[in-house]
Amino acid sequence: MSKTPKIKRRQFLVGAAAAGPITAIAAATRAAAADTAPAKAAVPAKPQTAGDTNPPAELPKLVNSGRVGSDFMVDCLKSLNIDYVASCPGSTFRGLQESIINYGMNSKPEFITCIHEEASVAMCHGYGKIAGKPMAAMVHGVVGLQHSSMAIYNAFCDQVPALVMAGNVGNGTQRRPGVEWAHSAHDQGIIVRDYVKWDDQANNLQDFAEGMVRAYDLATTTPMGPVMVVIDADQQEEELEPGRKLFIPKLRTRVQPVGDPGALSEAAKLLVAAENPVIVSGRYTRTEAGPKRLVQLAELLQAPVVDERNRMNMPSRHPLNHSQRGAAMIRQADVILALEPMDLYGTLNNVDDLIGRPAQPKVRPGTKVIVLGTTDTNIKPNMGEYERYQAADVGIAGDAESSLPWLIQAVEKEMSPARKAVAAARGQKLKEAGAKFLQAAHEEAAYGWDASPVSTARLSAELWNQIKNEDWTMTSEVTFLSNWPYRLWDIQKHYNTIGGSVGGGVGYNAPAALGAALANKEHGRVTVSLNGDGDLMMSPGVLWTAAHHRIPILYIVHNNRAWHQEYMHVQRMAQRNQRGIDRANIGTTMNDPNIDFATLAKSMGVYSQGPVSNPADVGPAIQRAIAVVKRGEPALIDVVSQPR
Amino acid sequence: MSTRVLYYGAGIFAGLMVASSAMAQDTPRGNVANGKKLFETVGCFECHGWAGQGGAAGPKLINPPAYPAFIVQLRTPRNVMPPFTTKVLGDQQAADIYSYISTFPKPPDPRTIPLLQN
Repeated sequence: MSKTPKIKRRQFLVGAAAAGPITAIAAATRAAAADTAPAKAAVPAKPQTAGDTNPPAELPKLVNSGRVGSDFMVDCLKSLNIDYVASCPGSTFRGLQESIINYGMNSKPEFITCIHEEASVAMCHGYGKIAGKPMAAMVHGVVGLQHSSMAIYNAFCDQVPALVMAGNVGNGTQRRPGVEWAHSAHDQGIIVRDYVKWDDQANNLQDFAEGMVRAYDLATTTPMGPVMVVIDADQQEEELEPGRKLFIPKLRTRVQPVGDPGALSEAAKLLVAAENPVIVSGRYTRTEAGPKRLVQLAELLQAPVVDERNRMNMPSRHPLNHSQRGAAMIRQADVILALEPMDLYGTLNNVDDLIGRPAQPKVRPGTKVIVLGTTDTNIKPNMGEYERYQAADVGIAGDAESSLPWLIQAVEKEMSPARKAVAAARGQKLKEAGAKFLQAAHEEAAYGWDASPVSTARLSAELWNQIKNEDWTMTSEVTFLSNWPYRLWDIQKHYNTIGGSVGGGVGYNAPAALGAALANKEHGRVTVSLNGDGDLMMSPGVLWTAAHHRIPILYIVHNNRAWHQEYMHVQRMAQRNQRGIDRANIGTTMNDPNIDFATLAKSMGVYSQGPVSNPADVGPAIQRAIAVVKRGEPALIDVVSQPR
Repeated sequence: MSTRVLYYGAGIFAGLMVASSAMAQDTPRGNVANGKKLFETVGCFECHGWAGQGGAAGPKLINPPAYPAFIVQLRTPRNVMPPFTTKVLGDQQAADIYSYISTFPKPPDPRTIPLLQN
């Protein structure tokens, strides 16, 4: 193994970034020449055949003595400050893998070994929501990209940046006979083009560098999303001749787009004049500033916030957080401000799951609707979660979090003393109503408190009791937990929760949680995933990845021994069709035999407990597991739980 | 389903039971044990929970409404609950389920639960 001195890599990068089209590779190659003297060949003891004694007429090139294209690719990743590359190995990126571990010395990016490409990309999804920047995944040509496509789709629907690199042997005349053909494509992007923000299949290394930086730029500009770049095997494996001119473009430092000042002023006038303004927050928070700005606006208007919970937008116990009675708030609103709404139509209308799927508006006639965001400005024609088109009176294209200071300023300007008095009176009523939410939640949580299987309320309360004094992230989709964490916990920080997959591809939660835990590692946060059993069974290999890389995370398996949502759907069809209602468990349950998740985890080197079915045992089990996590290791508890 | 609802320390299931005599006179007699079996097999637990505690998919069934209101909701729901018609669930079966859910214990006072003081 030849190590590349760090100082020389740094010189290469600095030169490339600062000087533009310079002879960086050549300079670096010259500098490293002393380290790369060709090894002496071993000589057989005595000649045996003519083939041993006579050199072939044309000697194939056996080794490289300089840098290779995949080293340059590593420099591209370093220039973009990519910390991790999640990957399950594949021959179409063997060059880049070798460069990451030998040229880059497996540091920034570090290779994270995954068991499945879907897990690799789902890790990027969770990581992106915590770190606010992309993590990379490297997937095998065609087959690895197809494996990863579900996770790419989730990230696309959730508008989270991720950098997917897919291996390929683009030149058919260079492919080895056999399976390399099955793992290569002329247009690999077509596999995922319906649900990436952009994809690129470069023709040469310079083209690759520009494509990579462009991909990163697009992925991180709102509306964000995953991107896919092809890493061609020829480009990876070509030796860079001295004097080869390559450069890595400097990433544009973008600020996110802000809404038009005139439109924001119009929105402010409507909001201040309203008797019952309501703020709906969807995929709004990107940074620490998000919840703070939303609180500031809500308090200024004394307006209730109805949170769609795709991000941690509004502190759960703030008196103006009225998500618990969101439908009632929407019904009485005369002006609605929607910030990066994920499903505005669904928020403003009822669509009942009855025959004919009847829909009725929730809003009163004449209610004004303001939409501020970019979420619906990057949609693809074939599939996505952009929902039905919802009319609005004021539509403002701009990143809501970035635009909010300007909207707040406009609202302050419109606020007369009289309107302040109206707002204060409204706020008092909201505060009084909001004060009852926690008490009501406690009263409802007591129902089934001692039941077995363990209620999701009890499970949530037991977990909260163990993490409330920690710095924590809970990564789960709370709908499956009857929203108990939002009802019982004091959720304040922007990284406390990260929403769900949005694409609904089962198998998201376990690897996304691990990606979030990886991002949290440097902050020392406790990451907890209340993980569905069906979800974990889609990608159980993440447990091995967690153990192998010592990623601290607590998985609590919400083990209801069913794909419960589907159970209810089949039950609905059975009752609708009146042909027997006692067989909906067929194909929807996982209970014969019961899955032993503790043993599963143990087999992959993860500390585990369970199955826990006595509610009194849940708290002590969590306490023991948290101690393991705080030592820097993963842990799992299998809790036999109520359906929802 | 093999899973069973158990209440630690409650011990409320003692073989066949009939609905509480406190029920209205128009409440038919139901078989609690059969009601428990039906609660599990015809899917009541899916939305209402094994303990009838309710959740995001359905309201709690503890302290249910009077039988006439129960049967109206069961046969012709006012919301998105799928209907249990007489074709798939007979009147006696409905009465059995009602008898069973009427045995669900009242919850403890949340003020006595330390974890619900946080």
